[in-house]
Amino acid sequence: MLRFILNKLALILPTVIGITICAFVFVRILPGDPILAMAGEHGVTPERYALLREQFGYNLPIWEQYFRYVWAALQGDFGVSLSSKRPVLEQFLTLFPATFELTLFASIFSVILGVPAGMIAAIRRGSWVDQTLMGTALVGYSMPIFWWGLLLIIFFSGYLGWTPVSGRIALQFFLKPITGFMTIDSLLYGKFDAFVSALRHLVLPTIVLGTIPLAVIARQTRSAMLEVLGEDYVRTARAKGLSPNRVVGLHALRNALIPVVTTIGLQVGTLLAGAILTETIFSWPGIGKWMVDSIFKRDYVVVQSGLLIIALIVMAVNLLVDVLYAVINPRIRVAS
Amino acid sequence: MTTTEIVPEIATARGAALREFWYAFSRNKGAVIGLVVFVLMVLVALFAPLLAPFAPEIQDKTAFLKPPAWTAGGDPRYLLGTDPVGRDMLSRLLHGARFSLLIGFVVVVLSLVFGITLGLLAGYFRGWVDTAIMRVMDLILSFPSLLLALVMVTILGPGLFNAMLAIALVLQPHFARLTRAAVMAEKNREYVTAARLAGAGHIRLMLRTILPNCLGPLIVQATLSFSAAILEAAALGFLGLGAQPPTPEWGTMLANAREFIQRAPWVVTFPGLAILVTVLAINLIGDGLRDALDPKLKRS
Repeated sequence: MLRFILNKLALILPTVIGITICAFVFVRILPGDPILAMAGEHGVTPERYALLREQFGYNLPIWEQYFRYVWAALQGDFGVSLSSKRPVLEQFLTLFPATFELTLFASIFSVILGVPAGMIAAIRRGSWVDQTLMGTALVGYSMPIFWWGLLLIIFFSGYLGWTPVSGRIALQFFLKPITGFMTIDSLLYGKFDAFVSALRHLVLPTIVLGTIPLAVIARQTRSAMLEVLGEDYVRTARAKGLSPNRVVGLHALRNALIPVVTTIGLQVGTLLAGAILTETIFSWPGIGKWMVDSIFKRDYVVVQSGLLIIALIVMAVNLLVDVLYAVINPRIRVAS
Repeated sequence: MTTTEIVPEIATARGAALREFWYAFSRNKGAVIGLVVFVLMVLVALFAPLLAPFAPEIQDKTAFLKPPAWTAGGDPRYLLGTDPVGRDMLSRLLHGARFSLLIGFVVVVLSLVFGITLGLLAGYFRGWVDTAIMRVMDLILSFPSLLLALVMVTILGPGLFNAMLAIALVLQPHFARLTRAAVMAEKNREYVTAARLAGAGHIRLMLRTILPNCLGPLIVQATLSFSAAILEAAALGFLGLGAQPPTPEWGTMLANAREFIQRAPWVVTFPGLAILVTVLAINLIGDGLRDALDPKLKRS
């Protein structure tokens, strides 16, 4: 198992190096002088220009600049935001729990609904239930989620007045973050009304962000289930006289879930990309909105680091999924 | 002499293959509906200036935010209402079809050309060419697509064309991977060896001998990329980094409409619906194509 993990690590190492090169190159291939670009419309005095040049190390040879950049990043130094003048890592750590909480809720939402929907569709294959479920899944898969979010706001927030329009919690609750998760922090402070408020704020963003993964998981579960239901051991289980529920729930589902677990893991990229849109619509103070805002503020230090950190997160989660996959499916472990 | 005898045979074989394909495709009702909707979209895009009652940029200063014609306060001249600066929604939506289809088409062509070229080179030559190309593809795929497109647009500058370039870059590794896998599977088959012995060069072997036999999965991927491109471009437009106003691109229209969602829901509803219907139609076609072209998946 350890060898398997080390093997996988060795395989992704070139990609990780590639990611750091991309992030490093990004600021340097922006049109025009990087320092002038970062200074924005205000411009800089010649003295400050020279100072900044030295501060960013632009006077050094390019390879030395790269190694300095990677060395600093390894120590958690991603530079200082140009717009807020705060260290990028500190800002990231403040905002990340918001994104993490949202993506976690969206994942749970999509798995809880997606797996049963795919199972039911597979069992009732060809029936109107199957067709309705898969039709709905295809609509979800084709959904422009930024529009979906606006529609939900119009209906649930505007027309029915059930859910708040933006933010993570009602303004009257000011909780000093402990975990950064509003749902957990509110409970830790013992404020149940704050907890309810946090949940109400989560409902619409969760649905919006979870829609595409939900559709993907439902489709994947259905086809994995259909594949498994045609296998010999399922026929044997049926022939032995096991109840249909037992055959489907125990024998088939366990094997069908193997590819589904991979699919769920691969949704992390979709979720983080979706978070960019979802957070923008709902003014959710997470890293997606932070990236978009930074692009408009031309805060390229943030964009550069955000790119690096997000890509590394996706990479790490994919590695974790690979390892989990090998744990539940010994064939993979042996084959590699 | 022999060629003239073979040609009609090939032609009938092609016809038969095409008929077989159509039979498999048309059994999927959803796919046929998708195809019909898509053809309608293409017609709308082609004839938008004739179909639209107004030019998409024309503003009626007396009719800001008019609701659709069938609701109270609607104006029969503006069937789907007007936007915040008094432009006819219907006309803008019809013209918007041009942009979405253009985006899908350009992105698919760009990513097909680059992806197939890279995949062919990697799968055919293997060795360091393969390693170098596929490492770069892995790298591109390790970024969430929208994030990478956002960063690309930041470098290139906002705009429709740059958005298309960015999306094509993000989507082409899928084509490169598929082509490479297919080429590696086909390369050592007898017909390829036969062609090589007959004196075919590298280019001919890659393009004429091997490539036509790898087309099935590429066509399916192209369809999926077409819809993905439309969605991503609309998302970039929505974020203000894609097509710039006053271009009647559907995502861009939504970006400008956001502040009016409570007061004028129709300004939000219709552009999004147009995106959804188009993307859904193309995905339906994609599902049908996959079932018809990939016998392995036919069961599910």
